Amino acid sequence: MSNDPTHQFLVNKIVPIEIGGIDFSFTNASLFMVATVAAGIGFLYFTTGQRGLVPSRMQSVSEMSYEFIASMLREGAGSHGMKFFPFVFSLFMFVLTANMLGMVPYFFTVTSQIIVTFALAMLVIGTVVVYGFYKHGFGFLKLFVPSGVPGALLPLVISIEVISFLSRPISLSIRLFANMLAGHITLKVFAGFVTSLSALGAVGVAGAILPLLMTVALTGLEFLVSFLQAYVFAVLTCMYLNDAVHPGGH
Amino acid sequence: MSVTLASAESTPFEIAQAETPADTHETPADTHAAQPAGEVHTETGVAHGGEHASGVFPPFDQTTFASQLLWLAITFGLFYLLMSKVVIPRIGGILETRHDRIAQDLDEASRLKAEADAAIASYEQELAAARAKGNAIAATARDEAKAKADAERAKIEASLQDKIAGAETRIAEIKAKALADVGTIAEETTAAVVEQLIGAKASKAEIASAVKSAAGE
Repeated sequence: MSNDPTHQFLVNKIVPIEIGGIDFSFTNASLFMVATVAAGIGFLYFTTGQRGLVPSRMQSVSEMSYEFIASMLREGAGSHGMKFFPFVFSLFMFVLTANMLGMVPYFFTVTSQIIVTFALAMLVIGTVVVYGFYKHGFGFLKLFVPSGVPGALLPLVISIEVISFLSRPISLSIRLFANMLAGHITLKVFAGFVTSLSALGAVGVAGAILPLLMTVALTGLEFLVSFLQAYVFAVLTCMYLNDAVHPGGH
Repeated sequence: MSVTLASAESTPFEIAQAETPADTHETPADTHAAQPAGEVHTETGVAHGGEHASGVFPPFDQTTFASQLLWLAITFGLFYLLMSKVVIPRIGGILETRHDRIAQDLDEASRLKAEADAAIASYEQELAAARAKGNAIAATARDEAKAKADAERAKIEASLQDKIAGAETRIAEIKAKALADVGTIAEETTAAVVEQLIGAKASKAEIASAVKSAAGE
């Protein structure tokens, strides 16, 4: 069963909790969510402990990630969007830390669960919708009406805009989930080839070199994907928040 | 295992889970009997394995959704809270301090530069003033020296003039005296010559008039 590539995504109960007939157990997924919080906050907190005017290497990493997201949000949603900075920075760091922790062998990847990425995506879209209506009232609906479109085309354009808006949480969540899932399965499959081939004797050991090299290369690629997906998630969040801040500003 | 949920609510995966109805009765018993967490873990692990074998892809296992959502809400909420209350003010503060410090240093540098410029300007000014003063002093000294030299020269010229005049007077005196002596010598010579020639003495008056008439001619 350990060679089953989907085994790594199994959610196992650690402390069973059941409230009103619904299962709220503390699982390995929950454990790694807690680990993500601890690692993410811990890193940012302890590396900035010295508050150095001239930063140490690790402090630079924290500062760079801060400024990276800050400039991304400023470019994406303007200075009015900066009130969402804690939200976007939290999302980015949470996804990034969860992805990176998932790269450790035997660790559970929180973001490989569709429900987790979907919940995060809905949180983003929910924030956009709630803030958009709170700030602009029905003016928020201008989001679906691009300016300068001839009246005859308006129904078509509006329906396209509405569909694209509705597909956002789906694409946002599936992108992250599918990337993490596929990457981990591929890694597991290639690593599985190494063990099963090397069990076949001398020829098998020689043949296992290729999948081993693939595993090493894929591991590097997966680290890149882990960062990239966190980045993409944050960039798209910034773009969507821009719609909430400037609904007419296409 | 979480089949309790599946039986309570109808889901697309119910068919897949329906073949493990025995678990439904087992689960509460398990939870009660095997309170030590480790054992529960093993039990559920096995249960999951069975479920997985029945065809539910783990990430789509809806029985875990409620728990994942709850714990995601708790952990992400905590993450957001710690972020916005602790980490972001902290890093923001560090960056702010650095930014202020750099701005302050730049201000200090431009202030020092302005001071240096002012010092250079005042130095130039003083240098020009000193040069002008030096020129003035030199001109005064030259004028003074010239005036003094002129005065000296005039004085010397005057004294020379005096001496020349004195000398000329003396010369005239000597000349007059000499001329007077010449008359006397001529008279004496004439008297001697006359005496030698005629053997008699001529009177002084005659000789004098004779000399005078000779000198007059």
